[in-house]
Amino acid sequence: MNLYHPHSRRQRARGLYLVIAILMGTLTIAFFRLQVLRSDTWELRAESNRIRQLPIPAPRGTIYDRNGLVIADNVPGYAITLLPGPPDSIRATLNQMSQYLEISDERIESLLAFLTRYGRQPLVVDADADFSVVSALQERRTEFPTVHIEMRPRRRYFGGEAAAHILGYVGEITADELASTDFSQDLYEQGMVVGKAGVEKQYESILQGRRGLKYVEVDARGRIVGDFGAFREDPGEGGESLHLNIDIELQEWIHHIFPKSLSGAVIALDPEDGGVLALYSNPGYDPNDFVSGISSQAWEDLNADDRNPLFNRAVLGLYPPASTWKLAAAGIGLDLGAITPNEKMPVPCTGSYAFGNRSYRCWDPDGHGFNNLAEAIGNSCDVYFYQLGLRIGLDPLLRRSTEIGFSRQCGIDLPQESQGVFPAEREFWERRFGYAPREGEVLPLSIGQGPNSQTPLKIAQFYLALARDGSAPTPVLARDLEIEQTWALNLDPDHLESLREGLRKVTAPGGTAHFGTALEHWQVLGKTGTAEHGLSQAGLAEPHAWFAGMAGPVGGSPGIVVVVIVEYGESGSATAAPIMAKTADYYLRRKHGIPTDSVQTYLDHVQNGPVPTWYRERYPNVIGAIR
Amino acid sequence: MRRQFTKWLLEPPLVLAVFALTVFGLAMIYSAGVVHIPNDVTQNAWIRQGTWFALAMVAFIGVVRVPVRWIEWVALPAYAFSVLLLVFTLMVGTGVGTAAGVKSFIQIGPFSFQPSEIAKIAAVLFLARFLSQRKEPLNSVQDLVLPSFLVGLPLTLIMLQPDLGTAMAFGGILFTMLFWSGTPVILLLLIASPILGLVLSYETVIWSGYIVALVGFLYLFRYRLLLFESIGVVLANLAAGTVAQPLWNRLATYQQNRILVFLDPEVDPRGAGYQLIQSKVAVGSGGVMGQGFTLGPQKRYDFLPEQHTDFIFSVVGEELGFIGTALGILAFCFILGHLVQMATRTPDPFAGLVVLGIFGAWITHIFVNIGMTIGLVPITGIPLPFVSYGGTFLLMCWISLAIAVRVAHEG
Repeated sequence: MNLYHPHSRRQRARGLYLVIAILMGTLTIAFFRLQVLRSDTWELRAESNRIRQLPIPAPRGTIYDRNGLVIADNVPGYAITLLPGPPDSIRATLNQMSQYLEISDERIESLLAFLTRYGRQPLVVDADADFSVVSALQERRTEFPTVHIEMRPRRRYFGGEAAAHILGYVGEITADELASTDFSQDLYEQGMVVGKAGVEKQYESILQGRRGLKYVEVDARGRIVGDFGAFREDPGEGGESLHLNIDIELQEWIHHIFPKSLSGAVIALDPEDGGVLALYSNPGYDPNDFVSGISSQAWEDLNADDRNPLFNRAVLGLYPPASTWKLAAAGIGLDLGAITPNEKMPVPCTGSYAFGNRSYRCWDPDGHGFNNLAEAIGNSCDVYFYQLGLRIGLDPLLRRSTEIGFSRQCGIDLPQESQGVFPAEREFWERRFGYAPREGEVLPLSIGQGPNSQTPLKIAQFYLALARDGSAPTPVLARDLEIEQTWALNLDPDHLESLREGLRKVTAPGGTAHFGTALEHWQVLGKTGTAEHGLSQAGLAEPHAWFAGMAGPVGGSPGIVVVVIVEYGESGSATAAPIMAKTADYYLRRKHGIPTDSVQTYLDHVQNGPVPTWYRERYPNVIGAIR
Repeated sequence: MRRQFTKWLLEPPLVLAVFALTVFGLAMIYSAGVVHIPNDVTQNAWIRQGTWFALAMVAFIGVVRVPVRWIEWVALPAYAFSVLLLVFTLMVGTGVGTAAGVKSFIQIGPFSFQPSEIAKIAAVLFLARFLSQRKEPLNSVQDLVLPSFLVGLPLTLIMLQPDLGTAMAFGGILFTMLFWSGTPVILLLLIASPILGLVLSYETVIWSGYIVALVGFLYLFRYRLLLFESIGVVLANLAAGTVAQPLWNRLATYQQNRILVFLDPEVDPRGAGYQLIQSKVAVGSGGVMGQGFTLGPQKRYDFLPEQHTDFIFSVVGEELGFIGTALGILAFCFILGHLVQMATRTPDPFAGLVVLGIFGAWITHIFVNIGMTIGLVPITGIPLPFVSYGGTFLLMCWISLAIAVRVAHEG
């Protein structure tokens, strides 16, 4: 038998040809499948392999004041970002980078957490890096192949502390914010700067803009090789600008005149449309400190400060409205027909009023005798208002006050606003104090004490209504904004006039706030308030000082409404009233083209020199016009 | 002129095809060096390969003139020498480049070479001598013991290095040569069956079914096999299934990973699956036309592993597309087919066996190397003949070619 007979050789060869055909055929089919049928998938895969998206940050919208002055804009800054990669190498790079910039261990962990969660996005190590750090890293580019330095607009605030409570501040988006529905996944990513408080937070969606994208090619080690031309770069869109009703110069003026050692708030409103001309709260902070990421020490200091600089007293602070609220009681009384403007109360003021088995004091132990409504407002006579309150009755007073809105927010366009505290019904006493209200409850309520706490903004809105036709729109910061709700007192024009007459008496010669509010060009109408609180009743601190009012040309309609509260300010007439007058004067002078002057009120004049001639001419009969 | 040409090359179509393939390989090695951050190793690899190519041509021309008798005579000493060399390698061998952990290379001055390459051709020659002297076909398992041992000895030594890829080439050599010497296919399948038993043992149910099927098969062919042979086959399969687990545990982690990743590359895309995924991405994104010579981004930006050695065919796929890979496979088909044709033509048993042994080695290399770039077979460090970078490998391939054409021509 020949094992290698040509015939058997050919037979075996056929078998081998078959083996070749099967193996090579399998390979060919596999390559065909991969390269022809599935090519698209793998092309995509190849692109995602080497193409990285880099965000192009959009500049935040500029914020302007009512006169077109810039309050917040952007300057060029630098962000240090890291292209995504395996967690181990990211960690190593971060540790290596910490020689040149401060990266806490916490920061490293949170960045790694972002990495696992949002895999393909670049990590922002420092959203606003110092130039020295940037240049140090640039010099060592070969050491840090995956580090990318991008130009990124940086927020800048003008006015510093003066406008802090309006503007708020910006900061890097937190993991919680990113996960919340307020920040859509399409627009926001780690490392972006967002509004954290104030207008910056309120109008985040307008100011933010839309970040752009560019595409770069990277190699297997994550080094940027160059731009990827095939995908067009999306330049993004800058944020829209925002125009505020705020008058930044007025805001700065208030910051200038407000006693630095005292806490409090000032609100100025435009009677025409309810626009917020100024909204000031002292103490404040410099929002520019937050832009580069506030240091934890500075943040702790701000939070540990007893005076609470982060607290916006104008919209969050709740204070007993005290005598400023008497106008509300008067309005309700007139509206319900409990009194007429010229009617005098049967019991004259002798410094106190007896009701039940108790005596209720008037602030002036000398008493005010018989008063009509305007006189009672002018004298701030408590005894008159005790009787008025009794005439109205507890239930009608609670109902009307609640209707007017003393337990609601104003609805200002800020992220936070406190709600006023005012009992809506008798149950309030049981809930809060555990007893049924007695008839006497109406007495303190009618002079703005008792369970009644209001924000300065609410009081300002009330006086705005008094300055207008008895109705007031919601005070708003942003211009050209739809005003949602209007607040109406439903007062007869004659009744409104008699309330104003009362306010006029307060600042007229002989009134409680005359000397601190007498101005050369303007007439001031307003009401002082001395808010007793727990500490002051115990004799441990001074009461809070209020002044709420309006000012305008003599005999003309009011051009500005201003409310001032000074915590522990002792007396409305001495502390709060001059701040209100100076605020109004500064604003009205500029509005009417009169040069501003730092010597404003009668008190300012007599402290600096003789009694001014304009005062002698306007009030020739005032005997007390001396130093 | 034509006769002169034939006299020099002996087998012009085959030799010219291999020559063209080597030039193509040089071009691909050049392309593999074109990366965005050039490095010495890959950038000048094509020049070094070109030098080896020149050396290989000299060797080819030399070997092609060696009388067959000499080749027959040298088979035994070459085999003995190469086995000793493999033992020596296990003692002093080193790894090279990425395969630093293995003992496959012997370093002599600036050169390093793989003794397993010499062992391959030596085993072919020696087995060819052994089989060509037989007048009867190997009809029983018993008959297969000695040839299996001849190949199994170097194979085992190479497995110990460990170099699974080259060991597989020995398997290819053994099976094609046994087949050519008239061993029944059924018998070949039976001796291959323990390997199947080993693989299937990962799942007890499947493995049990397989053993039952095997026993049934043996019963069907009970007149062709001796009883103790059948029992031996079953025992071998049972043993394979039993040792599978301990054997698996003895594998190095990277070897285990390669097998796991072969089953599912996405198991560990950044680790063990990385090479395979990147290679598939490269080949797949090449599409029909490819990204263009030297222009493949996967290769340029370092995503592709070992792009000038084991994964050279991925570069072909990425840059020349399906047209390139199909033509490449076609070229290998031609070379393999021509070897079979040569063996069929030659009446001399030794000559035919030598040619088929070389065929067996090459077809294993080609299928495993190309297959692993797209995940058809597990990744084993096995080069592609005439195309992959590697000086001694290229030299030995050309010497093998010279021996093949010489023996076929003279026989």
